[in-house]
Amino acid sequence: MQALTNKAQAVNRKPMTFLERLYLINIIKGMMITFSHMFKKQPTIRYPEEKREFSPVFRGLHVLNRDEEGRERCTACGLCAVACPAEAITMEAAERIEGEENLYREEKYAAKYEINMLRCIFCGLCEDACPKDAIYLSETFAPANFTRKGFIYGKPDLLIPNPKTEAEAYAEAKGVEA
Amino acid sequence: MSEQTFFKVTVDGITIEVPAGTTILQAARKIGGEVAPPAMCYYSKLKGSGGKCRTCLVEVAKGSEKDPRPMPKLVASCRTTVMDGMEVKNITSEKVVEARAGVVEFLLLNHPLDCPICDQAGECHLQDLSFDHGKSKTRFEFQKRTFKKHDLGKNIQLHMTRCILCYRCVFTADQLTNKRVHGILDRGDHAEIATHIEKSLDNEFIGNVIDVCPVGALTDKTFRFKNRVWFLKPMDAHRDCPSCSGRVTLWNRGDEVYRVTARKDEWGEIEDTPDGKPGWICNTCRFDKKEATDWVIEGPRAISRASVISQGHYAGNVGMTLPTETFKAVNGGRTPHLLMDIHDESEVNQQNIHLGQIQGPSHGDTFNKTENAS
Repeated sequence: MQALTNKAQAVNRKPMTFLERLYLINIIKGMMITFSHMFKKQPTIRYPEEKREFSPVFRGLHVLNRDEEGRERCTACGLCAVACPAEAITMEAAERIEGEENLYREEKYAAKYEINMLRCIFCGLCEDACPKDAIYLSETFAPANFTRKGFIYGKPDLLIPNPKTEAEAYAEAKGVEA
Repeated sequence: MSEQTFFKVTVDGITIEVPAGTTILQAARKIGGEVAPPAMCYYSKLKGSGGKCRTCLVEVAKGSEKDPRPMPKLVASCRTTVMDGMEVKNITSEKVVEARAGVVEFLLLNHPLDCPICDQAGECHLQDLSFDHGKSKTRFEFQKRTFKKHDLGKNIQLHMTRCILCYRCVFTADQLTNKRVHGILDRGDHAEIATHIEKSLDNEFIGNVIDVCPVGALTDKTFRFKNRVWFLKPMDAHRDCPSCSGRVTLWNRGDEVYRVTARKDEWGEIEDTPDGKPGWICNTCRFDKKEATDWVIEGPRAISRASVISQGHYAGNVGMTLPTETFKAVNGGRTPHLLMDIHDESEVNQQNIHLGQIQGPSHGDTFNKTENAS
């Protein structure tokens, strides 16, 4: 059969010599490589005590943002939900009533807002779609859980602390500016 | 109709024969597709509408066979009738494209651009128009106009800041109801839709102003903030209505009716009923019949593929019936040990809250007063 390329190499079918048949030299060669790794830098990180730094573009758990006055920015426009390729986001909108102006930025707000972290693929399209700067992907990931129930994240789990009333928690949630 | 004369008119290189007296816009719509100029104020089912918004401007390159001179300026195609041998340029004319971008800029000058809040988003003609013909930037650096809020009664919500003063709702009230109570007050920058003084719109056919409004200025209060239109399932349905045709589009979530509108054709206008009359619907059908049992469902409504409303919708009858549960069959007759019903966990779309039945928008306590917390 004619070769299609000239990259093919014939297999060496020469019978092995006595030394080669002993395998000892090759075993020692392999052991040397293993041994040399003892003097190299360890790539392992002791996870819970020590944490690897995330890339600045890492996309983790979502955060629902507030404005400087502590009002929720989300207006339940549904653009994140329609952009979501995994259909993880659902919401229920409500009208702001008198007396709630310090809670919600716009006339309409998300009374319920849920992200199913089991479905979420952390693509960040919701962040791109948001016209109100309301949703951001943070640098943390969803903690493990034994049941599936804990992965339905509602508004209490997602909202950033209020910068007016819980300034400390807000600063902690915001983290240091990179 | 043997003496009816037919005129040949060419729009963007496509020739069509139309009866004398047809407007350029109607002739272009007969050809269809991209050739038809957009229209914000013209509504073929309303007499006297048109000529206000200037979005349908076209260039007439040849006046007629007898007088082949071009028309000196762009003309409003909704108000200009065709002549024999007329040649019209719509999207093939650079002047028209530029003029239309200018018109969009003018229409958006005072528009609040609150689409994330607006219930019309997704089916808004101004959104489509600015997406197709507008520029992505504004040169307007001043305060947009604001208005004192007017209450138009329990069914219709007015957002005057979004209004483009197309007068369609005024013509609707004139031609469908026996007494018009709303209209344009003041003039110039202060012109606004209002009633004098603080009346509610409660004629049986006044709900149609919601359907004719090209923007989100007049919206359905019974649907206000309930859901985005693109998450709802549009279904053709009808009922025996003593006062109107009863042919509507239902906007459902699951089996729950969230909104009832008239059926709209590809131009965003109300479809004709089989007997040739416009299919206006009455307030009872629109606002009060929110039970699935009130309606006879005909099937899913065909939505243009380009519309955001068609997201998640499939052709034919896909999604009309619940799929059969196959788990038991493939698992030797056993039910699954662990099965999470999303309604047990999720607080969205709670099964005991029927948003469609709530008159007016929901508020924070609508979702919290329930005992579904377990």
